Amino acid sequence: MSSSDAHAPNPHLAHHYETIEKQDYAVRLGMWLFLGTEVLLFAGLFLGYTVYRHFYHEAFHEASRHLDLWAGITNTVVLITSSLSVALAYNAIKQGKTKLCAGMLIFTIVCAFTFLAIKGIEYHHKFQEGALPGKWYHYAEVTAPGANLYYTVYFLATGLHAFHVIVGMSILIWILSRVLRGHFSESYYVPVELGGLYWHLVDLVWIFLFPLLYLI
Amino acid sequence: MTAADGVATGGGDPSGSRGGAEEIHPAPTGFLRRYVFSTDHKVIGKQFLFLGLSFLAVGGLMAMLIRWQLARPGVPVPIVGNLLFGRAGGVISPAAYTALFTMHGTIMIFFAVTPILIGGFGNFLVPLMIGARDMAFPRLNLASFWTMAAATAVLTASFFVPLGPPQAGWTAYATLSTAIGAPGVGQTLWVVAIYLNGASSVMGAVNYITTVIRLRAPGMTYFRMPLTVWGFFLTSILNALFVPVLAAAMVLLFFDRVFGTQFFVAGSTVGAGGDPILYQHLFWLFGHPEVYILIIPAWGIVSDLLSFFARKPAFGYRVTVYSLIGVVILSTVVYGHHMFTTGMSPLLGESFMVLTMIISVPTSLLFLNWLGTLWRGALRMSTPMLFCLGLVFTFGVGGLTGLYLADVVADMYLHDTYFVVGHFHLIMAAALLLASFAAVYFWFPKMFGRMMHEGLGKLHFWPTFITLNVVFMGQLLIGYAGMQRRLYDPSAYDFLRPLLPLNRFISHAAYLLGASQLIFVVNFFVSLRWGPRAAKNPWGIGTLEWTVASPPPHHNFDRIPIVLRGPHELGHPAAWALGKDWLGQDEGPERASADDSTRTRTSPETPPESPS
Repeated sequence: MSSSDAHAPNPHLAHHYETIEKQDYAVRLGMWLFLGTEVLLFAGLFLGYTVYRHFYHEAFHEASRHLDLWAGITNTVVLITSSLSVALAYNAIKQGKTKLCAGMLIFTIVCAFTFLAIKGIEYHHKFQEGALPGKWYHYAEVTAPGANLYYTVYFLATGLHAFHVIVGMSILIWILSRVLRGHFSESYYVPVELGGLYWHLVDLVWIFLFPLLYLI
Repeated sequence: MTAADGVATGGGDPSGSRGGAEEIHPAPTGFLRRYVFSTDHKVIGKQFLFLGLSFLAVGGLMAMLIRWQLARPGVPVPIVGNLLFGRAGGVISPAAYTALFTMHGTIMIFFAVTPILIGGFGNFLVPLMIGARDMAFPRLNLASFWTMAAATAVLTASFFVPLGPPQAGWTAYATLSTAIGAPGVGQTLWVVAIYLNGASSVMGAVNYITTVIRLRAPGMTYFRMPLTVWGFFLTSILNALFVPVLAAAMVLLFFDRVFGTQFFVAGSTVGAGGDPILYQHLFWLFGHPEVYILIIPAWGIVSDLLSFFARKPAFGYRVTVYSLIGVVILSTVVYGHHMFTTGMSPLLGESFMVLTMIISVPTSLLFLNWLGTLWRGALRMSTPMLFCLGLVFTFGVGGLTGLYLADVVADMYLHDTYFVVGHFHLIMAAALLLASFAAVYFWFPKMFGRMMHEGLGKLHFWPTFITLNVVFMGQLLIGYAGMQRRLYDPSAYDFLRPLLPLNRFISHAAYLLGASQLIFVVNFFVSLRWGPRAAKNPWGIGTLEWTVASPPPHHNFDRIPIVLRGPHELGHPAAWALGKDWLGQDEGPERASADDSTRTRTSPETPPESPS
């Protein structure tokens, strides 16, 4: 935005900022800090995974073979595609192409639903086999000691991730509704950017979860 | 109440180019939006302060009960005994005693000191000191306070559930804290409360970091920030890094307790379970940075206040900042010294010992800088200064005793004794309490627009300072003599029986300490209502919060100040010509000529909203 715009009243400018640029920098920084804490939260889970994999190497190896690999691969493809589309949505709104942006967001949200549906089917299957940890655990196919811990880590990590998918999806739906109402343009698109960043985090976490839980 | 008030230092001079204060951002008029669900950092800061002070009182009363049991084991508690422990005939039962020290620690660390210093003063001071109109994310700030309030509600509820409040100690070590050791709902509520408390801290941390990085006024470079702001900034970085670890530990513990998972249940007992030691790693990975999270704001405040009341610039400002940064970095790699006795590898233990010892280098620099600031200063012995000097003393003693505990060999003997309790309390309780009081006495005029009573303040300081040291140094002695912490009745053991008179003496000092806080309570509330009106700058200080009215208007600054110099321009020769001994951070001829078009809102006709 040009320097003369800085003096015009901007409805998006909060009272405690002098300029919209300063506010945009601040909200971007805040988002990155928040994403940093999110990464740390998942890092704790990955650490737990590492420790227990070290303790119960055999059981973890064997139990990971009992996950549905094709469901995992499909979901990985779906999520990476959705990451691309959300980036395209951001790119579109930056150039003022509202309709393209909305289309890309709709595609992303459909991907999110697809991911959750596949995950739900996978979960349902594992519930029936009795792999749900804690007091419900009665899984018989993997007998090596520590298999229950594998499924605990599996459900905790993927469950927390699925929760993030739901949150990210809700944010994108909200942003989509604002795009459709014409709230954003090439001069104001920060919420689209932040929502996209969050969605990338969801994707990133899955890219680490998938090989750790399904492949090795 | 010096010559300060007469000199206008920024903000005040009229200029026709913009509207008055109200046009910048009108304060909300409804009671709820103004005082309860406010997004104003000053109101939220006061909310945190009141919350913290209330819980400080609760935690302090619990300490009194603990001291009663140690001084007179098994004797009914006078006055409140029948009310609190009616079923046991007024005697503190072992279960009640365990619950008392658990809740005392939890409340003091998570619900008293954290809200007072970080939530209260951090919120109130950071925007004012860097020349901002509010925190970067006001609504996140609001959410942070109410998450903390929810945490206190959950914690309080744990007193009223079957099987009583949590009894696993403030560290909640597994397996004491798993369903095996603590079957009651109380411990589960504790886990939820700590999780919410952590969520509140992370929200605050994100807000403080963004505010300091992005909202500093023009000219407020990092090395012109008051050390108080540095303290809150660095503490927030630690908070953002390590509170999520605690949150992860709490989530796992919650799953263990509620859904029967086995993260922290010993493997041999349940067949291929998890590892209780993992809990200790997670807890102390957070827990050691936590003590620095708590003390670093206090260090920042004291570094500033010593300079203000010695009427000379802080000695080695940059070295102080670099020391603080050094402590922040080192604090992340020393947590293993809490776990020397868990059977960790000797090599690992030795590494943690060396790293822990290295942390005394930056802290010693900090300490020497304080002495350098005081050296040949024109000391003004006002109440805040007394509390700061008290902190310098107790922190010195407390810090030195830390070296014993960092040493693996000495720690094998001292671990889990009252020596640890004494050390911890000298740093955390005594030093933090003194810093909090110094901060309250110093910024009370700015927060509430009235002065506190100076004589009562001094009357509060001396018994507090003396009894604090008697109590906690007494604990060092008792611990060195071999008394373990958390014992219900030490007199049950032959080798500890001779310590009973000393324990009793400590308890009497503790009662005196508790009683002298009443002076503060009276002073606080009487001053709040009837104290003399505070001037804009009663202490004669150059930092930005003293350039606005007491209490500051809703939008803080009529115009965003331009900062020209550091925070400690005291005893400045250039100021003598003006008939004072200090220069404001935004004071100088450049201010008048500076172009202000980029730093003020120039749209009085459109009321701003805040959608972001």
